[in-house]
Amino acid sequence: MRKHGEVIVFAEYHEDHFHPITFELLSKGREIADVLKTKLIGVLIGYNVKDKASELFRYGAQKVVVFDDKRLARFDAVLYKHLLVNFVKEEKPELVLIGATRLGRSLAPRVAAALNTGLTADCIDIRVDANGDIIQVRPAFTGNIIAYIKTRTKPVMATVRYRVFKAKKLNRYKKGEIVVKSIKLPEDTGIKVLRKERTKMIRISDAEIVVACGRGLKRREDIEMIEELAKLLGGVVGASRPLVDEGWISRDHQVGFSGNVVRPRLYIACGISGSPQHLAGMRNSKIIVAINIDPSAPIFKIADYGIVGDLYEIIPKLIEEIKRRRKTRG
Amino acid sequence: MEFHTIVPIKYVPDIEKVKFDTKTGRIDRSSAPGETNPFDLNALETAVQIKEKLGGTITVISMGPPQAEFCLRDAISRGADRAILLSDVKFAGADTLATSYTLACAIKKIGYFDLIICGEKTVDGDTGQVGPELAEHLGIPHVAYVSELRKVSRNKIVVVCDMEDAYYLVEVKLPALITVTKDINTPRLPSLKAKLRARKAKIEVWNAKDLSEIGNLSRFGVSGSPTSVCRVVLPKISKKRCRILRGESAVKEIIEILEKEGFL
Repeated sequence: MRKHGEVIVFAEYHEDHFHPITFELLSKGREIADVLKTKLIGVLIGYNVKDKASELFRYGAQKVVVFDDKRLARFDAVLYKHLLVNFVKEEKPELVLIGATRLGRSLAPRVAAALNTGLTADCIDIRVDANGDIIQVRPAFTGNIIAYIKTRTKPVMATVRYRVFKAKKLNRYKKGEIVVKSIKLPEDTGIKVLRKERTKMIRISDAEIVVACGRGLKRREDIEMIEELAKLLGGVVGASRPLVDEGWISRDHQVGFSGNVVRPRLYIACGISGSPQHLAGMRNSKIIVAINIDPSAPIFKIADYGIVGDLYEIIPKLIEEIKRRRKTRG
Repeated sequence: MEFHTIVPIKYVPDIEKVKFDTKTGRIDRSSAPGETNPFDLNALETAVQIKEKLGGTITVISMGPPQAEFCLRDAISRGADRAILLSDVKFAGADTLATSYTLACAIKKIGYFDLIICGEKTVDGDTGQVGPELAEHLGIPHVAYVSELRKVSRNKIVVVCDMEDAYYLVEVKLPALITVTKDINTPRLPSLKAKLRARKAKIEVWNAKDLSEIGNLSRFGVSGSPTSVCRVVLPKISKKRCRILRGESAVKEIIEILEKEGFL
């Protein structure tokens, strides 16, 4: 195998914490760096983030490059791009991995265009083939096909879907090198983040348990029943697009291609028939339970367990039964 | 000069109806008619709302097969003033880098603009990359995932940007590019009168040669695309079979399953 450049992971640090995708990217990046016999480097951009750099070593980074400046406290695509592009030009890595979060999906294309290199979006797997070439795997056409993609320019760049790879803590690399870079920032990018407007009530893409409802609900107030079940299970309420479009529930709860993509441990779909656009947002959930009156509903094709019946009978019974069991257990 | 907004749009297969060849994994484009990428309609509606406030003009631009003319006509019926179709076999097979480069060349040829508005992504490619890449080629700032337009003036805009965890208020100097989410508005339907007028509207068609003074031909289409698909497979949807529960015992059974899996 030819000699390879390093693997670079963009560490997404935002609002005083690492986005968990950072550790997933490092774990995958570590695997690839081992196959290619090269180093794994984390790039950390932000303000007052120097002390956080060492957190990346446990997930396999050997070196962390830090850009720390007051102006980097909030995301400015042009500033962040400027730093990453300069770093990549200097380091000449083999592969650059960025999370397919909204921040990552805004940043990565700018970096790729500036470097005139290929970028593959929203990967669900990254592999190295027998020739030492990097293969990027991603779904396309709303998840209807899976494409294997090669990039003929360097570096290979990919954004990676959240919660696909496992974050693995390693004992091998507890320490590493931290390099704080000082670099002159462009004076005015034209972008000014004025303030945080509102924090979202729920982050459904992080949820372990989602109880979702769809057109099978007849009245807006019936969402309370779904809320009660979600609360009993320690989960959050999801919704299909029609309910959001009706204004019954906020967009923060929407699951689907144009809403939020979720992959919880448990997804209970209540009165959701399963349009392709909805399935694209939840088909990778670990266990899917579907409750629907129509036995031919597409949701049953991807569910693990299906209850054919009226959700207005089944959900109150479920709630009652869970409560009863909790009571007898004390 | 009056306010000029450019909206790039894409002709996409109807994802809900299009058929896939289960052997090759390729899509059969003849199996369903195409349509305008739904997210682009939100971008166009945003442009129309700006025009209603500030006046000015809207140019829609699309790179695609001759059938994409349909989307451009539809855009005119919804309020666009000028429509340009970039169509040439030399543009075919473009990945997002070549697509954004070609669009950038065409926009440079158009000349003056204040704002470019893109949909957040397309339903077929689902990358969301062309917008930010286009901004980079043009050397202008961009804000992605805009869910609300707060202020528009001749030299700057204030937008609300939806960043998963929170919404941010961002001010951007013009010229700039934004990508918008479906939350930003509900696209209006064109009137019958507007539809009839759009039928007669002129659609300009530009080919690779028309852009040769601005761009490098080798950066268009397949030759300008660093990424290529080496294999396509269908996802294993039938990996599991659904256990159907019915009748009185269904609730009890599901509770037992949830208990066994550690959810209760």
